[in-house]
Amino acid sequence: MSLFSTRLLAASAFALMAAAPLHAKTFVYCSEGSPEGFDPAPYTSGTTFDASGHAVYNRLVQFKPGTTEIEPALAESWEVSEDGLEYTFHLRKGVKFHSNDKFTPSREFNADDVIFTFERQANADHPWHEYMAGITYEYYSSMEMDKLIKSIEKVDDYTVKFTLNQPEAPFLANVAMPFVSIVSKEYADTLEAAGTREDLNNTPIGTGPFKFVAYQKDAVIRYQKNADYWGEAPKIDDLVFAITPDASVRLQKLKAGECHLMPYPAPADLDEIRADPNLKMDEQAGLNVGYLAYNTTVAPFDNPQVRKALNMAMDKQALVEAVYQGSGVVAKNPIPPTMWGYNDTIEDDKYDPEAAKKMLEEAGVKDLTMEIWAMPVQRPYMPNARRAAEVMQSDFAKVGVKVDIVSYEWGEYLKKSMEEGRKGAVILGWTGDNGDPDNFLSVLLSCAGANPGGANRSFWCNEEFSDILAKAKSSSDHEERVKLYEEAQVIFKREAPWATLAHSTQYVPMAKNVTGFVQSPLGDYTFEAVDLTE
Amino acid sequence: MLRFILKKLLYLVPTMFGITLVAFGFIRLLPGDPVLLMAGERGVSPERYAQIAAQLGYDKPIWQQYLHYIGNLLQGDLGNSLVTKKPVLNEFLALFPATVELALVAIIIATAIGVPVGVIAAIKRGSWFDQLSMTAALVGFSMPIFWWGLLLIILFSGVLGWTPVSGRISLMYFFPPVTGFMLIDSLLSGQKGAFASAVSHLILPSIVLATIPLAVIARQTRSAMLEVMGEDYVRTARAKGLSPRRVIGVHALRNAMIPVVTTIGLQIGVLMAGAILTETIFSWPGIGKWMIDSISRRDYPVVQSGLLLIAAIVMIVNLLVDLTYGLINPRIRHK
Repeated sequence: MSLFSTRLLAASAFALMAAAPLHAKTFVYCSEGSPEGFDPAPYTSGTTFDASGHAVYNRLVQFKPGTTEIEPALAESWEVSEDGLEYTFHLRKGVKFHSNDKFTPSREFNADDVIFTFERQANADHPWHEYMAGITYEYYSSMEMDKLIKSIEKVDDYTVKFTLNQPEAPFLANVAMPFVSIVSKEYADTLEAAGTREDLNNTPIGTGPFKFVAYQKDAVIRYQKNADYWGEAPKIDDLVFAITPDASVRLQKLKAGECHLMPYPAPADLDEIRADPNLKMDEQAGLNVGYLAYNTTVAPFDNPQVRKALNMAMDKQALVEAVYQGSGVVAKNPIPPTMWGYNDTIEDDKYDPEAAKKMLEEAGVKDLTMEIWAMPVQRPYMPNARRAAEVMQSDFAKVGVKVDIVSYEWGEYLKKSMEEGRKGAVILGWTGDNGDPDNFLSVLLSCAGANPGGANRSFWCNEEFSDILAKAKSSSDHEERVKLYEEAQVIFKREAPWATLAHSTQYVPMAKNVTGFVQSPLGDYTFEAVDLTE
Repeated sequence: MLRFILKKLLYLVPTMFGITLVAFGFIRLLPGDPVLLMAGERGVSPERYAQIAAQLGYDKPIWQQYLHYIGNLLQGDLGNSLVTKKPVLNEFLALFPATVELALVAIIIATAIGVPVGVIAAIKRGSWFDQLSMTAALVGFSMPIFWWGLLLIILFSGVLGWTPVSGRISLMYFFPPVTGFMLIDSLLSGQKGAFASAVSHLILPSIVLATIPLAVIARQTRSAMLEVMGEDYVRTARAKGLSPRRVIGVHALRNAMIPVVTTIGLQIGVLMAGAILTETIFSWPGIGKWMIDSISRRDYPVVQSGLLLIAAIVMIVNLLVDLTYGLINPRIRHK
């Protein structure tokens, strides 16, 4: 479509809005960045999902607010076959898609929309697979949905059956993720006929709590409440994302009343926020972990005694204070405490340089020089890797281990740290995608993850551990899974492929009069339940 | 004059060609690549990597990729962003007016204050005004912009509440972008208070952006004036008994303006390329921040085509400056 006609369409959308009176309750969210687009399938950033998947769309199932538990959404109920291979979803009736000036749905949501949503990502020959130049479905392939789903079948208008290649319990959590937000097939057909397919990404139509109104690139996104919402209708009338990339400026906007809620405050601003009588702050342990991964295939780090000794030489409490400045807690397990399956009975290795020195001597390690890799970027799980590496350097010096700190450009860092025979230990971390322990343990610590293209940067391959994970993954008995993951954490602690460093805390500052905001452990920002009191 | 313009335009062609080479090569010389950055901590399997690289054409030899890029350019296709998947030209056109608006207001402020201050400082050389204004200019020139912007926000928006913190207009105003220039669009919208809101949002960012050019222009004007004031023709003008106002306003200033206009022109060029820090602090949706984000994500098409567009605009602005130069300095015109 030419730029001119895009403008024209945008103009008519604006005209439509201008005719409507200014609504009483407008909620302004100072978001941290611009969405890459509004079709949640081809993108991977949380910023994009907040603006598209969470505001505009729904999925078959969803995470219960504030938890990582699954609850019904566009599917009212589902059954899993005895062998764990077939998932049959019974769809909700009477769900209406949004409308805009180019599209008014003639039918309600049904199985065709579900099939369209999955097929366009799964099938490279699907007419909508590459509706924009160069698009790929990274989440679909990285969550291995392509390998997992054998077929999708429409049983009737309100029943869809998924057949899997192998039993996999985390499948349900995967279909709660934004990349499989249900898209209207009828809207796609309309756009196809009009020759404006890219509008699927520009002017989204979903079933979610808010209707998309307009986006001014890098500046403002506007939504309107969906009065026909199948769930509880939003309490606010208009939702506005004011895109504000700098954290200090977001805080100034919040203080000046230009927005009601902001994500990711700067750690240095936390005290100021706490002291402000007009603001309040919600805090929660994030679904993440920062770690130091040894290369367990290279001597002397192939010896668990050595890894354990180094872990004992590290004063983690001091490290967390120096690096996270009060916005993190010491990690003893590879999964965060807010996740189900967390084994709280595990005891962390005590900080004991003397004992550590002895253990190293017993292992025959003398005059060891090692590299510690410090990532060049800030991540939610690791605010300052260089500082963390320096703290480790001085701690390890006390047990006679000399540390060289190295760093690379971020893309190189990710690549080189996965190269076989890598020297040194790597600082890195992980933020959960779907709240399932498998999403941490399998990805980061299984034998499969140690292959090229994986993310197991300790190259640790423990058969016992991997077998437990495989068993837990294929079991649909939740209690059994909890037990298995608890067991896996015991092995992890014994073998110490990593030094687990910290889980960082998520802070959400907001105006005093904001009610109903529930923090998501997954770091999503959703506003269907928020309200503003006088 | 026409020949002069045509000749200048002709020079643009090889320059633009050179820029495509530099922009194309430069972003590829940087370590890291877009597919790995997109995959992040999770990593990407070698097969999947090969698949994506093939889809994007990055599996071909670099010279083939370059020829492909040039081929598309000649057909007017600047490519699509790897991140947003949208045409680079559309993104540029959506963001560029915001940059231009801010840059023009800033340069107007810088010139309107910088030139008179420079002239007065030169005339009253050694006075307290000269000393004070030149010290201020030195401070302004060395000002760390990020700190300065935040300081102004905290003072004027936070403590005093006089100006809005960031953005281009209050969120209560909502109208279609017609020209992309908020000052014009707010007037066209006919909504009460919209124009005032747009102006109030421009105050702090344009002051911050004007700070360095203002300092440069003031100092440049002062030294140019001092030089000219010592010239024979100024002495002659004085000797003829012309009023001091006429001596300074016509004989001195007009000649002194020649280097100043060049300076202003160069500053416009710089500002047009986007004011990265100012745009970031004030959440100003312009091209500076867009380019920086694209470089850090190795968004090859945006970087190479964005640079080309920016370079073209800077060159056109410089050409216009050359033309004005011709207007005030007849010697150039007649050469």
